[in-house]
Order: sequence, then C-alpha cells, then structure tokens
Amino acid sequence: MARSFSAPIAAGLLALAPGLALAQEAPPPPHQQWSFEGVLGTYDEAALQRGFQVYQSVCSACHALKHLAYRDLAELGYSDDQVKGIAAQAQVTDGPNDQGQMYQRPGKPSDMFVAPFPNDQAARVANNGALPVDLSMVVKARDGGPDYVYALIGLGFKDAPAGVTMQPNTYYNEYFPGHQIGMPPPLTTDGQVPYADGTKATVPQMAHDVTTFLAWASEPNLNERHRMGAKVVLFLLVAAGIFYAAKRRIWAKIH
Amino acid sequence: MPVTGTGRTSRIIRWIDYRLPFVAMMEHELHEYPTPRNLNYWWNFGSLAGIVLVIMIVSGIVLAMHYTPESTMAFDSVERIMRDVNYGWLLRYIHMNGASMFFVIVYIHIFRGLYYGSYKYPRELLWMLGVVILLLMMATAFMGYVLPWGQMSYWGATVITNLFSAIPIFGQKIVTLLWGGFTVANPTLNRFFSLHYLLPFVIVAVVGLHLVALHQHGSNNPLGIDHHGPQDSIPFHPYYTIKDLFGLTVFLLIFSVFVFFLPNALGDPQNYIPANPLQTPPDIVPEWYFLPFYAILRSMTFNVLGIPSKLIGVTLMFSSLLLLFVLPWLDTSRVRSATFRPIYKKIFWLLVIDVFALGYVGAHPPAGSIVIVGQIATFYYFFHFLILIPLVGKIERPRPLPTSIGAAVLGPSAATAAGND
Repeated sequence: MARSFSAPIAAGLLALAPGLALAQEAPPPPHQQWSFEGVLGTYDEAALQRGFQVYQSVCSACHALKHLAYRDLAELGYSDDQVKGIAAQAQVTDGPNDQGQMYQRPGKPSDMFVAPFPNDQAARVANNGALPVDLSMVVKARDGGPDYVYALIGLGFKDAPAGVTMQPNTYYNEYFPGHQIGMPPPLTTDGQVPYADGTKATVPQMAHDVTTFLAWASEPNLNERHRMGAKVVLFLLVAAGIFYAAKRRIWAKIH
Repeated sequence: MPVTGTGRTSRIIRWIDYRLPFVAMMEHELHEYPTPRNLNYWWNFGSLAGIVLVIMIVSGIVLAMHYTPESTMAFDSVERIMRDVNYGWLLRYIHMNGASMFFVIVYIHIFRGLYYGSYKYPRELLWMLGVVILLLMMATAFMGYVLPWGQMSYWGATVITNLFSAIPIFGQKIVTLLWGGFTVANPTLNRFFSLHYLLPFVIVAVVGLHLVALHQHGSNNPLGIDHHGPQDSIPFHPYYTIKDLFGLTVFLLIFSVFVFFLPNALGDPQNYIPANPLQTPPDIVPEWYFLPFYAILRSMTFNVLGIPSKLIGVTLMFSSLLLLFVLPWLDTSRVRSATFRPIYKKIFWLLVIDVFALGYVGAHPPAGSIVIVGQIATFYYFFHFLILIPLVGKIERPRPLPTSIGAAVLGPSAATAAGND
C-alpha cells in the first residue's frame, strides 16, 4: 500500500519541481496550406478520398481509427453503395450467436472501424514494443496540428546526424519530440498508393492528403461549424448594430 | 408601482401579487430601482457574468445527459458527444469556451471593482460574496476540466489535489478523501462529476445574495460618490436594459468567434489524448485562467526556516485569493474611484501588469529567468495589497470630488434644472 500511496504524490511533486520539464526540442513544423483553414475553410473532398486511400493502404496496417464508423465515410462524398463496399472489406467480430459463439462477418456501415490489433499488447508485440497511436484524434492532440502531422510523415525522416546514438528499432525524425520514433517511414516512394482519381501520388502529395483525412477524422463537423458560425456572426453583427442604435436613441432623452 | 387596470390579466396578477409579490418586486427592480446615470461599459460585466452562468448551466445539463462519468468510458463518451450527438459539438464547444469567457468576464468585473473602489463602505459584504463566487467558480472549473479524462485532466487533477498534502498532519488524509482512494482514479472522477453538477447551483444561490447586497445600496459608479437626489439616477429599465443588451450582443459575437472558429485555441492539445496514469505529459499546465495562481504556487523554490517550500507555495496561492476578503479593511482611503486617486490609479495598472506577468510565468516551464520573474511578480502581488494599498490611502492627496453625479455628468446648470423637475 505504501507504494501505491507515494507514487502519485511523487508524480505531483515532480510536476511542481522547477526545471524538470525536459525540453526535447524539435523545430516548429513549417506551415502548409490547408483547404480547411480560415473562417470559411472546408475540407477538400477529393483530398479526403485520396487521404482515406492512403490511410487504408498504409496507416491502417498498424493504426486504428476507433472513433470513426464506416458510415462516417459518407461525409467524404462516397455513395451509400461505396460505403457499404468499403465496410464489407473489413471482418467484424460479432456475437455471441444462439450457439454462444462469437463469429466473423463482413462489416456494415454502422460498424466502427476495425482496429488492426485486438489489443494494445498485440500491437506492441507486432511493433517491437512500440504502440501505434490511435489516429482518430491525432491532428487535434498535437501542438502544431496538421502542420505537425504533415512534417512528421512527409518531411521529418532523415539519417540520424553524426553523434546521435539511436535506440534499437527506432528511426530518426526531425520533428518527433526526442527524434527517435518507433514508426518506420510510412511514405517512401512515389506512386506507393495508386490514387483512384489519377492524381500523381508523390510523397508530399500523399502526406498532405492523409493529413487532410486525419484532420477530418479529428474534427468531422468543421464544415458545418464554419457554415453555422458565419451565419451566427452575421446575425449578431446586425443585432449589435440595431441595439446600438436603440441604445443611442433611448439615451438621447436624458443627455 | 402597483399593477393597475381591470382586464383579466391584471386581476390575475393582482391576485398573485397579493400572496406572492413577484411582479411587484420585478416592477420595483426594473422601474423604480434607481441606477446611477453615469455607469460606463465596465458595468456591463456583472449582468454578463450572470448570463454566462445560465449558459453554462443549461449547456452543462444537456451535456450531462450524454456524458458517462466512468474512467474507462468518460473520454470516449465526450468524443461520442462531439461526433454522434445532434449538435453535441456545439454544446461542448459552448461549455468549454464558456468557462474561459466566464473567467474573462469575472476577472474584468473584479478589476472594475478594484479600480472604482466598489469594495468599500457600504459594499464590503457585496464584495466578499463576490470573492466566494470566484472561489466556487474556480473549484467548479477545475473539476469540470477533469471530466473529459484526457491527459491534462488526469495530471492536472493529480497535481492540484496533491497540493492539499502540504497541509501538516491532516494533508494526506484530505488527499485520500479527495481521491476516494490512493490515486486519482474512477472514484475521483465520480465525485468530481457530482460536485461539478452541484457547485453551479451553489453559485446561483450566492449570486442571489450578491444581488440582494447590491440592491441594498445600489451600484457604485465611475465617480465613486453616493446618490444625492433624483438628478443623479435613472431607472434601470429602459436605460440599462438596452445598454446591457447591446453589451451582451457584442460579447456573444466574441464568444461565437471562439466557439465556431477557434474552439480549441484556449485548450491544451494534450487533453485530446486519453488519460494515461503511466505517462506524465512533458509539461503540466492548468487552464489559462489559473496561470497567475499557478505561478504564485511555483514561486517558492526554497524552504524558509525549515518550512517546506511546497507548504509555503500552497499557502501563498490560497492567500492570494483569501486576501481579497480583507481588502475593504486594508484600503485606508475613503475615496472610492481611482479617477480621484492619482497614486492609486498608477499602482492599479501596475497590479494589472503584475497579474499578466504572473500569467506568463505560469504558462512557461519554471527555468532560468522565468523563476526570478515569477518570484518578483509574486512578491509584488502581496506588496501591492499588504503594503501599498494601506500606505497609499494615507499619503495620497485625492483630487476634489464632484458635489453630485448629476453635476459631474450634465454640468452644474443642467443638474439644477433636472433637480427642479
């Protein structure tokens, strides 16, 4: 009991201790152009579909998207039949059936994305001890947002500078805090993902597209939010003007 | 003003009013309650705070219908609200940014009170009730931030609850009681959710008392002098209802810009990572509205006379707030408004700068010059309240006060004319 008692206290004290925050300095990621930036920004549908293709053929081997359901893909501009087709490619564990057995069946649009590994331990064993993070929130959960994710997968992998000793099974990445990442460079060759829309799949293009897709995964309501926001702000501007005029008029009587 | 008229509605209202004088009370507050005629826009923030409190309670109640206060499900239930609940994203962003807006408004409201001496005779209890509201707000906001059960929720809760372990003898028992166990875990989340739902209603009750105290002597005003007659005041309605309505619209504009276009600008990205007790984030930073107090807490880097620095830091942090309770008696000047207090006006702005400096220090890892700046700023904060405030009141020669609000606002001739009405 004494141990469980003191561990969190020590952690709390450590957090208070000055000078402890070890800066693992990584350069700030360079800013990229994103279709969803700015007040009226919206996701570029073609980029979302290409980015989803990159996720499916590259990232999904190790990274889950547990907060998304296949039905959500309709927002990328896929038809209902296309969504059904994409979902059906996944094998979902369902059950128990009336025999008390769990069974496999093709996915349906209402299913959540199937994770590549049954649990974290299985994911670690398959990845030299490193745990591939869930990607559904990754763009929101990192300082720098989409710029960081783009820099990490599209720009950051380099040969380790002289004098840096790498831990086994890690790769040097300029933008990763600490620079040693367990993920091998995911996007390596042009044309790695055969784009359905004929766009040339260069490494920067793939990195940009998959980052757009992951930004959508983090914040699927952005288009609606921006649209509604513009209306609300316009309404309030008009209302503020009217109320200001009314205030002037009412107060004119006593000045 | 009694309700007159012979219509059916008037009769019903009279029947009710005879037994429960609600309409008569509202009539009194809106039409007869005399309000100084010279209130500037800094006086909008009280009613704004009340409206934001209502926004927070309403959005919070609906969020609670969808949220699951259980440590393995809390994070995912918040994401479900964001993705699958109709307009859940809107509700959550309103509630999340509403907390920040609430603190902006209340901090401005407090500094308004400091500048115009609203805490002085006869409004000491009004001020003290306000300090109680601030403390309740802080507790509520802290516990609310724990509920999404992200990394900052968890580690923030760990750091802040551990502060109580600095209390001699009982510290550890208090911490165990707060946690409901031996670490921040599911029981902690459960009790924080329960209290996060309870405290806003306690705030509503104290706001009620705050208003009773306010209406006893009425609003202070930019001149800080008392009403002398009808030329000094105007009815609350329509003059201040329309002014508050305009101010509210401007506030809602700013609020909307955050909710719709910068919803995560005031939050920490780390809180979108689920809580992980085995992995401490590189930097544990509280929400922006706690940063000045966090800086005071961390300013003590050395033990004094064998008293551990942690205990002193915790004491300083709580004292920085509790100090406000005795401010009405620390201030030796009887002149309320800084307009007529040349020296106080200067030290008021120095205090504002000092609090911003503390906020900056609180946001940065305590290393190098940040530590020194934090210590100087902490020292100055207490120096301001404990030394400068009593001293300035004694040595300062205030400028002459106007004879009446009406005279100052309308000029002497107009005031006389109005007074003869």
